[in-house]
Amino acid sequence: MEKEKKKDLIISLAVIAAVYAIVAVLEAVLPRTSMLFTVLKKGSIYALVAVSMNLLNGFTGLFSLGQAGFMLLGAYTYAIFTIPVEQRAAVYQYFDGGIIQFSLPVFLGIILAGVVAAFFAYLIGLPVLKLKSDYLAIATLGFAEIIRALFQWDKLGGLTNGSNLLRRFPVFKSTLFPMTVAGICIAIIVMLINSTYGRAFKAIRDDDVAAEAMGINLAHHKRLAFTISSFFAGISGALLAMFQTTVQAAQFKSAMTYEILLIVVIGGIGSVSGSVISSFLFIACSEWWLRFLDNADTYIGSFHVPLLRPGFRKVVFSIVIMAIVLLYQRGIMGDKEFSISGIRKKIAARKAAKAKKKEGTK
Amino acid sequence: MSRTVLEMNDVTMQFGGVVAVDSFSMHVDEGEIVSLIGPNGAGKTTAFNVITGVYPPTNGNVFFNGEKIIENHPRGKMKKLYAGKDNGKYTGHLEPTPDMITKLGIARTFQNIRLWKSQTVFDNVLIAKHLRRTSNVFSATFRLNMAEEKRQREETAELLNILGLYDVRNNNCTSLPYGLQRRLEIARALATKPSLLLLDEPAAGMNPQETIDLTNFVGKIRDDFKLTVCMIEHHMDLVMNISDRIYVLNFGALISKGTPAQVQADPVVISAYLGEDENA
Repeated sequence: MEKEKKKDLIISLAVIAAVYAIVAVLEAVLPRTSMLFTVLKKGSIYALVAVSMNLLNGFTGLFSLGQAGFMLLGAYTYAIFTIPVEQRAAVYQYFDGGIIQFSLPVFLGIILAGVVAAFFAYLIGLPVLKLKSDYLAIATLGFAEIIRALFQWDKLGGLTNGSNLLRRFPVFKSTLFPMTVAGICIAIIVMLINSTYGRAFKAIRDDDVAAEAMGINLAHHKRLAFTISSFFAGISGALLAMFQTTVQAAQFKSAMTYEILLIVVIGGIGSVSGSVISSFLFIACSEWWLRFLDNADTYIGSFHVPLLRPGFRKVVFSIVIMAIVLLYQRGIMGDKEFSISGIRKKIAARKAAKAKKKEGTK
Repeated sequence: MSRTVLEMNDVTMQFGGVVAVDSFSMHVDEGEIVSLIGPNGAGKTTAFNVITGVYPPTNGNVFFNGEKIIENHPRGKMKKLYAGKDNGKYTGHLEPTPDMITKLGIARTFQNIRLWKSQTVFDNVLIAKHLRRTSNVFSATFRLNMAEEKRQREETAELLNILGLYDVRNNNCTSLPYGLQRRLEIARALATKPSLLLLDEPAAGMNPQETIDLTNFVGKIRDDFKLTVCMIEHHMDLVMNISDRIYVLNFGALISKGTPAQVQADPVVISAYLGEDENA
């Protein structure tokens, strides 16, 4: 049992290493502008935020819709603190170069992005986490909207640059960067979920009255889940800022939260691997695979394909999502996880079934 | 004379104008099995909910191992509504949450089974070990608590072994038959290492054979785990067989108490259960 576990772990790590190696090779071979890299970059960023949302919605049973707000906090924190000093005059041109006149290294900036988001989550969590289900969703959604409006307020311009763009902060070029950061963060979340705290979160999700009666402090654990989830949402916000190379509060609309919620639901509420898979699929569909539907002048031979026009992609995309939700009512993965040991068990079961069949024919 | 483990003094629980528990006092001594009985709606479960911190009582206090754990007196709207005779006797205010009570060593089961439905039998018990942890979220995430984790798993396996649930440990808890689910709930309560166990209708919905098994089982865990047990029950044969003392509630008020034989012979109890004979 123990030996097999170790073997599975080694195989899993090998698979992950192989994926990274393939991406590294592809990056050397394919042109940098290839759509594949955009999908991988944005997909891994969305995977991180989807998993962090799943930690709340899927594993702790807190229906929160504040994810875009915490991503905004992370993105702004990263941008504000990492713009090189000599660039600040140009970025904050309407605000005399801004009030912060130092800059942090990239790594510290990313960590700080998470910490600031987590700090705000802690403060918001104190009153808001007393609410249940839909009310919590409304309160967190309201928080995200307030944050978005607040960051566009020109009285805070010295810090946030008002409604202007923040830009010229260090960004990543290689696809491996967001994949690595997101990968490490998701690994940490998975480890948390499998720890004694993760089990307590699941107990709260399943039955909070019983959880409390068994000595699990509800307020403390809910706050913990909320803060940790926001920490990782903040980090993914920082990554998103690096991906887009500019930050503006107006981008972080509630529609963004719904996109993430959609990813979580399609992937399966309570499945980390489901969230990861569905975020890559989601981004690939919305950015890449369905692009051809937007081209109005598509011909097959001399036949002009009807209906295709800019925006038609979104129609098809919505239909695909509806189909998925109808066919997989609990998401692609349900609450199961994709794992090497799971595949091994399935193969073993199939072998056993085959052997039985053979015995039957004899 | 053995030590008193639990003591309730003049506990009143009022929901608006409804008096669910009316000036109820009781005590449970170490090693005893004490039963609370009474017709439906007599306030037995409410009394449990007061002890476990689910509701703060309107008036009265609760002691556990000689230490005051809960106390309240009528305040606000309750001050006007409250008509108890001990109004003003209690002045303190102590309102712990259920998890704090459990940490002190009072564990309970529920009338309608409340297991964590998506978890296996093993995990249900393992999660209940969470409150005795020494790790924080950081050390738990980065696996710096392996020794504790291992110990918890061993203790869980041992507990399941004692309660005869070890063979089904990897099954989902909802797949168990009803009687075993009840037993699992008791196992989960025992995992929190209580000294006082509160059982809320442990035999509800059980057939006669399962009820007999449960009778032996409760006595056995009392001896094995050195517990004090307080339980609510409707099965009279079960109650009369294993209880050391019985409290009888009706409409929130205590109507009788004593040994099973005394209670059985009490005319007040008989009339409460069977209704009064109008011709008498």
